[in-house]
Amino acid sequence: MTTNTDFRTCPDTGLLFHKPAETLMKLNAVAAVVFLLVGGIMGLGVGLTRWPAVHLLPADLFYLVLTSHGINVLIFWIIFFEVAVLYFCSSTLLRCRLATPRWAWLGFFLMIIGAITNNVSVLQGQSSVMMTSYVPMAAEPGFYLGLILFAVGALIAVFVFFGTLVVAREERTYEGSVPLVTFGAIVAAIIAVFTIASGAIILIPTLLWKLGYIASIDPAMYRIIWWAFGHSSQQINVAAQVAVWYAIATVVFGAKPLSEKVSRGAFLLYILFLQLASAHHILVDPGVSSEWKIFNTSYAMYLAVMASMIHGLTVPGSIEAAQRKRGFDKGLFEWLRKAPWGNPTFSAMFLSLIIFGFLGGISGVVMGVEQINLIIHNTIYVPGHFHATVATGTTLAFMALTYWLVPVLFRREMIFKNVAKWQPYIFGIGMSGVSLFMMGAGTLGVPRRHWDMAMSGAAMPYDFPATAYTLMGLAGMSVVVAVIGGALFCLLIVGSLLFGKKLGNQKYHEPLIAEPITDYEGIGMGKIAIPGTFALAMVFLLSFVLYYFVNWKYLASTWGLS
Amino acid sequence: MSTLSPPPKRIWWNEPIERVELIWIALVLIWGLIMTFMMPYWHVVGKQNLSNEAYRTTPEVYMAKAQAVVDKYTIRTETDRQYPVVKPPVGSDIYLVARLWEWWPIFELEVNKSYRLHLSSMDWQHGFSLQPANINIQVLPGYELVVTVTPNKSGEYSIICNEFCGIGHHTMVGKIYVK
Ligand code: HEM
Ligand SMILES: [Cu+2]
Ligand SMILES: [Cu+2]
Repeated sequence: MTTNTDFRTCPDTGLLFHKPAETLMKLNAVAAVVFLLVGGIMGLGVGLTRWPAVHLLPADLFYLVLTSHGINVLIFWIIFFEVAVLYFCSSTLLRCRLATPRWAWLGFFLMIIGAITNNVSVLQGQSSVMMTSYVPMAAEPGFYLGLILFAVGALIAVFVFFGTLVVAREERTYEGSVPLVTFGAIVAAIIAVFTIASGAIILIPTLLWKLGYIASIDPAMYRIIWWAFGHSSQQINVAAQVAVWYAIATVVFGAKPLSEKVSRGAFLLYILFLQLASAHHILVDPGVSSEWKIFNTSYAMYLAVMASMIHGLTVPGSIEAAQRKRGFDKGLFEWLRKAPWGNPTFSAMFLSLIIFGFLGGISGVVMGVEQINLIIHNTIYVPGHFHATVATGTTLAFMALTYWLVPVLFRREMIFKNVAKWQPYIFGIGMSGVSLFMMGAGTLGVPRRHWDMAMSGAAMPYDFPATAYTLMGLAGMSVVVAVIGGALFCLLIVGSLLFGKKLGNQKYHEPLIAEPITDYEGIGMGKIAIPGTFALAMVFLLSFVLYYFVNWKYLASTWGLS
Repeated sequence: MSTLSPPPKRIWWNEPIERVELIWIALVLIWGLIMTFMMPYWHVVGKQNLSNEAYRTTPEVYMAKAQAVVDKYTIRTETDRQYPVVKPPVGSDIYLVARLWEWWPIFELEVNKSYRLHLSSMDWQHGFSLQPANINIQVLPGYELVVTVTPNKSGEYSIICNEFCGIGHHTMVGKIYVK
């Protein structure tokens, strides 16, 4: 069984690492960063082709690279990293051995083999079907097979996580309830089971269809089930990303949640109300009724949106409270001004929060309205939206955590700290540009997944207004900035793991975790403990309401449809 | 280490909630209810709602119906590919064919008059994207969507394809005249 030599206590944070878990966390995190690098390079190809003045790649290569980009970043980067987070939240935070490390290894290998199989298939050129692989367009068998193997591997990892929770409970490695961050991870893992099951339900028959064992697959049904997988996987990301936000609030500020009940309740809403949200991907599909669409977007979505809006208050709120308790209690925003903006763990996390909420959250809800979707569906507004949510929100949150894991988990000092300090800003600003300009072009009708907005070779091309070209040009320039930011991250991390000073069991020269704050007595203004956050929240709500109704107005100006 | 360690009070669910949190939850809940209300409300008073009328069909059946309308109401042809320009009676059923890589035929409609526009694909999925009106509808093979359209401005409109449909996707552009 386990002995003490299987564990290592981090001299800086006091965290207890089970060595097999530690190795697996490292491997998954490194794999994640490698796939981010691959996907990011593909993203550069995509972005430079969509920049009209550059129009880098020929059509076939563009669609290949776009397929590869979507899958490598959205699936491989994010999920490898999430597996590392799951092991951290179970084994490390609960001070427990990892259940069945052998299965965890098997899961890891399946994920690697799956990812490689899929990538090879895409690079061979006969599987440029986009990550959604809508039937009846077909990819090569390796494309589906790779994804299925990857999903099986991920499912094994999720069960190792659950197993570890059980072991921790039985061996009484912790007292009372699990930590809030672990709670968030549990929510992510539960949604993951549902998600992966949906993925299997749709991808396995599709593979059989490609191999000739099934005659046909209904395209409408395919879209509903594919999005039960595609959308819920975004819920995993949100839950994981919020858990990371909370973790960083504690790491950097010693913050505790304002109240456990609210934060945990909000996490629970994700499970209760997100499963059916695939509805908002098929709002303009034939064969699905309005009642179904409205029920599943509003019942399932607005309560989940509510959950994110609660975290959007409580995460910065706990940071504000902790800062005020530390003495930064003047005015509305002293706490924020005096935050460690030069610490990439903090800056990446805070940018993640702001960009996810203001750009990604608001746009997502607006385009998820049954009728408003008519003026947005499949325009480049859609990638604009999710580059704010997952490509910036989740990715920056994971980057933030990685900066902290380099010394804590990998026991290496970051190299080029002065560059690392700037990296979140470069990536965050570049990606905000990518998002905003693509959203802008989308409102003018520019399509997504489209090689040439000038439509060369068409019998009667449509002439987009000059503004649309300008916006796509600005998006292209932002792509370059974002890719520089993303590449810097990958190189800094890989570089630090290879060449950073080894820390061993020596204490690091600065604290890697803040002194915990135990109470929030006597802070704030009047009766409000966190006035700054509340003011920001009101600005957010106001922008949300305005933007929401502006879009109804746009909708009202177009053709009548009934 | 408070988000990273178990809650210090074992019975954490009985602790009081911050006042700001309560205010915020109330505001967010009200906003969610308003947004939920807006969708059915628009079905009642709004003029832009996607119809729920859809049928299963096959490419052959659908093509035959489209061809019949084209045969009856074509007024001229355009471009060197001889696209028929169809001027259907106001209020009639018109059939737009989506196929690799064209929207067929061209329609000539009257402004502020309604038509029952049918949409279906002969092969892969396509995206009906009417510009500059910016109306976007998913088009699937095997399904026929019927939507009543009422053009509110005269002019020349393009239908571009915004669902990826292979290498010629960017050349898939059709046309609707509104006079
Ligand atoms: C390195 C910076 C990145 C750049 C410059 C970039 C750029 C782009 C561009 C220009 C598109 C194409 C839009 C279109 O033509 O439809 C795209 C698509 C996409 N991107 Fe990114 N992106 C980046 C990072 C990310 C990240 C980190 C994620 C996810 C975590 C992501 C997820 C996606 C997805 C899912 C698609 C859609 C693919 C599809 O339509 O099938 N991107 N990206
Ligand atoms: Cu098409
Ligand atoms: Cu197309």
